[in-house]
Amino acid sequence: MSDVDTRPGAILKNNLWTNNPIFMQVLGICSALAVTNLLTNTAIMTIGVTLVTGFSSMTVSLLKGFMPRKVRMMVQTLIIAFYVIIVDIVLKAYLPEISRNLGPYVGLIITNCIIMGRAEAFAQSNGPVISFWDGVTSGLGYMGVLMLIAFVRELLGFGTLFGFQILPESFIPWTIMVVPPSAFFLLGFVIWAGKSAMNRQGAPA
Amino acid sequence: MSPAISPFALFFASIFTSNILLANFLGMCSFVSISKDMTSSNGLGLAVVVVLTVTTGVNWAVLQLLQALGLVYLRFIVFIIVIAAVVQMLEMIIDRVSQTLYMNLGIFLPLITVNCAILGVSLFMEIRDYSFIQSIVFGFGSGLGWWLAIMALSAIRKKVDKAPVPAGLKGAGITMITIGFMAMAFIGFSGMLQVQ
Repeated sequence: MSDVDTRPGAILKNNLWTNNPIFMQVLGICSALAVTNLLTNTAIMTIGVTLVTGFSSMTVSLLKGFMPRKVRMMVQTLIIAFYVIIVDIVLKAYLPEISRNLGPYVGLIITNCIIMGRAEAFAQSNGPVISFWDGVTSGLGYMGVLMLIAFVRELLGFGTLFGFQILPESFIPWTIMVVPPSAFFLLGFVIWAGKSAMNRQGAPA
Repeated sequence: MSPAISPFALFFASIFTSNILLANFLGMCSFVSISKDMTSSNGLGLAVVVVLTVTTGVNWAVLQLLQALGLVYLRFIVFIIVIAAVVQMLEMIIDRVSQTLYMNLGIFLPLITVNCAILGVSLFMEIRDYSFIQSIVFGFGSGLGWWLAIMALSAIRKKVDKAPVPAGLKGAGITMITIGFMAMAFIGFSGMLQVQ
């Protein structure tokens, strides 16, 4: 990918829509689907992912001249792990409740393919500032889709949004929305909607 | 303290009701891309079983050491390094011992280092305070569960490929929905057996 458009606006559009990490590339869904049953958890989790992606892309870009190519995967993983540890410690200190809810999934940000993917595909060959921007926008594209899924799951599964009661008491919560399969179904539908919209635009996939 | 769950119950729970993939969403990335092809699915599944069992055991020991030294916050980095090292070692051992096995398994081993399921199981093991025996059983069972899930999915995808699916839903979309149905079937057993 040598002809990547590196203008900030183009990167924004690319990462949020035409090359969205989730529905175009189906990356990084591992650690994310499990937390989408509540909006608050999803928001915290995706903010964490966005920050880690941004900073690790920047660091990889800064260090790209010094990294021997052979060990670069390992070095990148360690850089990512470093930022994830920071996120983990901050969460434990300031939001212990949410940290407990997210459980192992904070640590799993390390193996989130989006971060490694951006480091490999973009940060390796671009400057630190623009790499940071690329990482953050990828994180935002990821956040958008997950927040959408979490919105549906929390609204129908608990009748609440961010913990506030939205639907009337008489609403019977859909148990299916609380259990894992619904995340797969909703993600399937989101991918469907996204791809169909893309096809209609006639954009080359 | 270790939870009081018999290793036997834990073994079945980790294969079926708490399937690492279908209930905890771990190891999705390679799951979706590899399940296109049944032979590769088999190879990767087998590799996951071996690596999960070994790394969970090793990481259990490492975690005890970290706890004794008060360095638990370093666990993410240490776990990742252990996993990478174990994978590398397994690759060398398999290369020595059996060339056929290496041809079948070898190419999948590097992929496994970044498989979320491997790190995920180690992190679950830490959070749930499993004993050594429980950790090994949990790792082995989760690996078998992953293998079962990927084999089932790749078999289903073979049929789905021939079905008339709306254009936008082809590929990843329909695969997600298929996984959703599989997850429902697996989780249907959870009344019988639960694992925290």
